[in-house]
Amino acid sequence: MRLKELWHRLGSPRWFFQISGPLRWVLGGLALVLLLVGSIWGLAFAPVDYQQGNSVRIMYVHVPAAIVAQSVYMLMGAAGLVLLVWRMKMADIVLATAVPFGLTMTALALFTGAAWGKPTWGAWWVWDARTTSVLVMLFLYIGLYALRQAIPRAETAGRACAVLALVGTINIPIIKYSVDWWLTLHQGASFRLTEAPTMPPEMWAPLAINVLGVYCLFGANLLGRMRAEIIEREQGTQWVRELIAGRRSAGEPG
Amino acid sequence: MNSAALLDVQDFCCERDGRVLFDGLGLTLLAGQCLELRGPNGSGKSTLLRAIAGLFPDYGGTIEARESLYLGHRPGISALLTAEENLRWYQTLRPGRSSVSAALTEVGMAGYERVACQHMSAGQQRRVGLARLVLCRAPLWLLDEPLTALDSAGSELVRRLIADQLEQGGAVLCATHQPLRLRGSQVLSLGAADAEFDREERQP
Amino acid sequence: MSTPGALFAGQFRRELTAALRNVQEALNPLVFLFLAITLFALGVGAEPAALERFAPGIIWVLVLLANLLALEGLFRRDFDDGTLEQMVLLGRPLFVPVLAKTAAQWCLSGLAMTLLAPLAALLLYLPMEVLGITVLSLLVGSPALTLFGAVGAALTVGLRGGGVLLALLILPLYIPILIFGAGAISLAMAGVDVSAQIYLLTAISMLAVTVAPFAVQAALRISLEQS
Repeated sequence: MRLKELWHRLGSPRWFFQISGPLRWVLGGLALVLLLVGSIWGLAFAPVDYQQGNSVRIMYVHVPAAIVAQSVYMLMGAAGLVLLVWRMKMADIVLATAVPFGLTMTALALFTGAAWGKPTWGAWWVWDARTTSVLVMLFLYIGLYALRQAIPRAETAGRACAVLALVGTINIPIIKYSVDWWLTLHQGASFRLTEAPTMPPEMWAPLAINVLGVYCLFGANLLGRMRAEIIEREQGTQWVRELIAGRRSAGEPG
Repeated sequence: MNSAALLDVQDFCCERDGRVLFDGLGLTLLAGQCLELRGPNGSGKSTLLRAIAGLFPDYGGTIEARESLYLGHRPGISALLTAEENLRWYQTLRPGRSSVSAALTEVGMAGYERVACQHMSAGQQRRVGLARLVLCRAPLWLLDEPLTALDSAGSELVRRLIADQLEQGGAVLCATHQPLRLRGSQVLSLGAADAEFDREERQP
Repeated sequence: MSTPGALFAGQFRRELTAALRNVQEALNPLVFLFLAITLFALGVGAEPAALERFAPGIIWVLVLLANLLALEGLFRRDFDDGTLEQMVLLGRPLFVPVLAKTAAQWCLSGLAMTLLAPLAALLLYLPMEVLGITVLSLLVGSPALTLFGAVGAALTVGLRGGGVLLALLILPLYIPILIFGAGAISLAMAGVDVSAQIYLLTAISMLAVTVAPFAVQAALRISLEQS
């Protein structure tokens, strides 16, 4: 197999495919346990906020989604750097498969933010620093998605998205800072959503558990998508053929 | 690597759109050698040239090439600028020995220095594009269909330019449908006969 | 091999010459700017107080959009006629001609809009006292618009329907420049010292000058892979 060298240079999807199989189930199981514990604790047993009442419980969904959405973008920035500098094939696969989860989490954060805003401020949408940042994040994700869709060749699309993710990652801190500043300009000292340090432990503990849970869910989701992407990209190679043949003969679904 | 080689390609592998174009191609060009690449559309002639020029990175194997000039499908001439302005720009990118007017004379475009290229015919624009081969000397030429849009005198010009380049110790790799009919030039045929059919069938 | 200075000068001269041959295309974004200001006046109402209040935002948003329109053609023609691939192949180091190209583009869009800003301010009843700050904020902020925009233009140059895509990719990155630029004028109108905003805009432009040419260079190589 002469093409072997080409694949070798770009990282080893095959090795990744082998180790990621069990890891995916470990992360998935952890996510299930953490999210169950965190959500039940947060939604049923955590104390209510003296100002916001029960609507504060939306936080247990909103904050993890927003945090993970941001981390996923940062991860894509890092993957973009790895792809551009070392031409690693696995980084390309991360870039291609992380977008849907990040986009979903951003949309979830926006939706829960709106649902939170209605009882708290009396309006579905408020240009609060956090909701505005999340909205910008949504546009950044859509941009990445649209760019990938617009470029027909997979390798080129991957590299183009890497450049965009990298430039976006450099810009995110500046955007966040500028949006914070913009708020002080237009609203004065605005009412802030509950900040972590002032929260009692009964509130931030389930929140932290849920954040961890969503991270694990992302890990499991990413690994699953990456495995599917690897099989699709490598379908012509020897090892994938052998894998499929092996599964068929073992009676598993192919 | 042969130290005298101007171009040394080893074990070149490449696939595009899920189709294997090259699987272990090797070729070497020494001073004074010309290699014609033949083959149907989609057989990878342009991809090979672009990979050697440095415009296409997704390949396996090694390419060692000396300083090269690449002449692609597109003439590399800005229609808004005059012939002289176009070539002056090339001179700042890569200074050579010839003057702009000498290069234009060489390709039969003397007197067109101050004519904007948008007022020229396609063949004349190609000739201005060829003038930069004279203007910016390089040991290795990578030519993709250099005879496109040229009349018979123009084709003769390309042959003469290539012959001069070989005489001066350069090397030429040239993708072409029409045979160059150059003394001592070798031919490499790429792709199976059904490659073109294959590609057309893949179009949705 | 040319010195970087000669390389920059040669490319810069080429861009300006080409723009002079096609003045209409270079002027279009500027015409758009004033046309859109007229539309705003017609939409918001010609009441001086209302226009004055929104003027900082209107000016900066329209400058952003006009810049975007100008950027779409930054690499398009060169890509189509093959001079872009020659620039990428022969330009060493490549970031020098890239920087020259964006510098020429800035002269034709960002700088031209900065110079025309007093006229725009006049139409929108912006007080005379903040004219200086308006021009200054555009002068130090607009280089970043051209440079970040050039990254998007380089990424979308080979694509059909690249114009809308370019807007989608680049406008989120323009948010900080818009906030500090429009904020500087608003605060100046309230009589507050705005040196912080001007310094921040300058810092963003500096960051863009150091980072963007390399991103553009990478993006151009990527866009050329496909042809």
